[in-house]
Amino acid sequence: MVEAPGLLTTVQDLGRPNAIVAGVQAGGAMDRFAHSAANLLVGNDPGLATLECTLRGPTLVAEQACLLAITGADLDPRVNGVPAPAWTSLLLSPGDRLTFGGRREGARTYVAIAGGFEADRWLGSLSTNLMAERGGMHGRALRAGDSLAIAGEATRPAVAGRRVPEQLRPSYSNHTLYAIAGPHLKRLDLESRAALFEALYQVSSMSDRIGYRLEGPRLAATGEELLSFGLVAGAVQVPHGGQPILLMADHQTAGGYPVVATVVSASLPIAAQLLPGDELRLEAITPEGAQKMRRALAAALETLRGAA
Amino acid sequence: MRIQPLGDTALLAELSTRLDTAINTRAIALATALKKRRDVRQAIAGYASVTVQFDPEQTTHDSLGAAIKRLAAKRPPMAEPGRLHRIPVNYDGPDIAEVGERLQLSRERIIEIHSRPIYRVFLVGFVPGWAYLGPLPNELALPRREVPRTQVPAGSVAIAGRQSGVYPLPTPGGWHLIGRTSVKLFLPDSDPPCLFRAGDRVKFFSAQP
Repeated sequence: MVEAPGLLTTVQDLGRPNAIVAGVQAGGAMDRFAHSAANLLVGNDPGLATLECTLRGPTLVAEQACLLAITGADLDPRVNGVPAPAWTSLLLSPGDRLTFGGRREGARTYVAIAGGFEADRWLGSLSTNLMAERGGMHGRALRAGDSLAIAGEATRPAVAGRRVPEQLRPSYSNHTLYAIAGPHLKRLDLESRAALFEALYQVSSMSDRIGYRLEGPRLAATGEELLSFGLVAGAVQVPHGGQPILLMADHQTAGGYPVVATVVSASLPIAAQLLPGDELRLEAITPEGAQKMRRALAAALETLRGAA
Repeated sequence: MRIQPLGDTALLAELSTRLDTAINTRAIALATALKKRRDVRQAIAGYASVTVQFDPEQTTHDSLGAAIKRLAAKRPPMAEPGRLHRIPVNYDGPDIAEVGERLQLSRERIIEIHSRPIYRVFLVGFVPGWAYLGPLPNELALPRREVPRTQVPAGSVAIAGRQSGVYPLPTPGGWHLIGRTSVKLFLPDSDPPCLFRAGDRVKFFSAQP
């Protein structure tokens, strides 16, 4: 039972990539690593639905015994007022209250339940699409009084105390995002190209699941308008005016602004934990370097598939 | 063709920089062919490009890029003519007077020019159900509005540059609103959830007698 919804708590899974052809955003969890880890901790497949809780977490009351895991941002999770370990599976008894004291690090925390949360399936995914008002909890954020049900059985034994070792948990305090040069980087003048990979940018208040508007040195792009093309999460676009936008999970499927860099998949979980006011820096990386980072995250998740 | 990385798990293959029906047909055919590959997760045709998301454990930018070049060199299968949609429009949009003034055209003339061609759906994207239609006759070409509207009503029929489109959902928008239609373009409870698909054809007609 949802006693208080928090600031923006939505049901998310790994999104609906097959709907892009209809112009529907792929969506899904912003921080795929934390989302997948939460699922694996409670014995689920990584693609089951979790709750993505933004900045201020919800208050949830267990109506039956259940196994939960809380990963991602540290919003100070508590069970019946007692601090609860993050990145660890926890058994809740009927009547137990999960609350969040306040944000300490990161922006988005994930709550998984053994068996997965039940939600509206739309175009192959349970993810909430706030624009189309479909998927998840009837296409909207959670509200007080909502009832959350468990979708099924966990695929592996649900065991309390399964944890992600400290050294495998991401650090959300280092805001360096690794990026590969984008297809339209050459449209920037030399000064802008240097700024893109050296300057500090601040996540502006105009930032949400669609993307982050970045404040910092303006980037001067030249050349005629581009014909619209398919976009990906992580793309750094330069619209008129030169203030770059980092596209996130609910980004528009196509656009015509130059893409000057793309944040690599292994850095997107870190990007997902930024909030307005945070500073970030882009650092160039090769595809080989990106592969190393990606494999390290995949290996960390793989360790959670084993026994408790 | 220019093929360049879009991060570590995607690439952008640009066939051309021209707005051209034949090139768009090739892009759609290339995306369809690429989707059949096991190392490709998703291939989306743009106006004159294909964005390919791939499984980085099965291929690399270079080897997939080479495969794309080989596929693009093949003669594409004859494209089926897309479905034809006839869309009734009330040409009473809030910008039609301003468009007329700027182009020195009467309202009747704007209606005549806008409803004359059979437009091609170059690409469905941006927001759910939005279709980029073109080419719009040169006589109606105008740059986007200086200040975009923060909210455009669903069903608004709009023009910008050599393109036309219909807003499927209430969204922000910078195009000139010349009319509205009652036809629903975004069909959330159908699969696919949109009326228009890339390669379809669209004919507007004035709904007023």
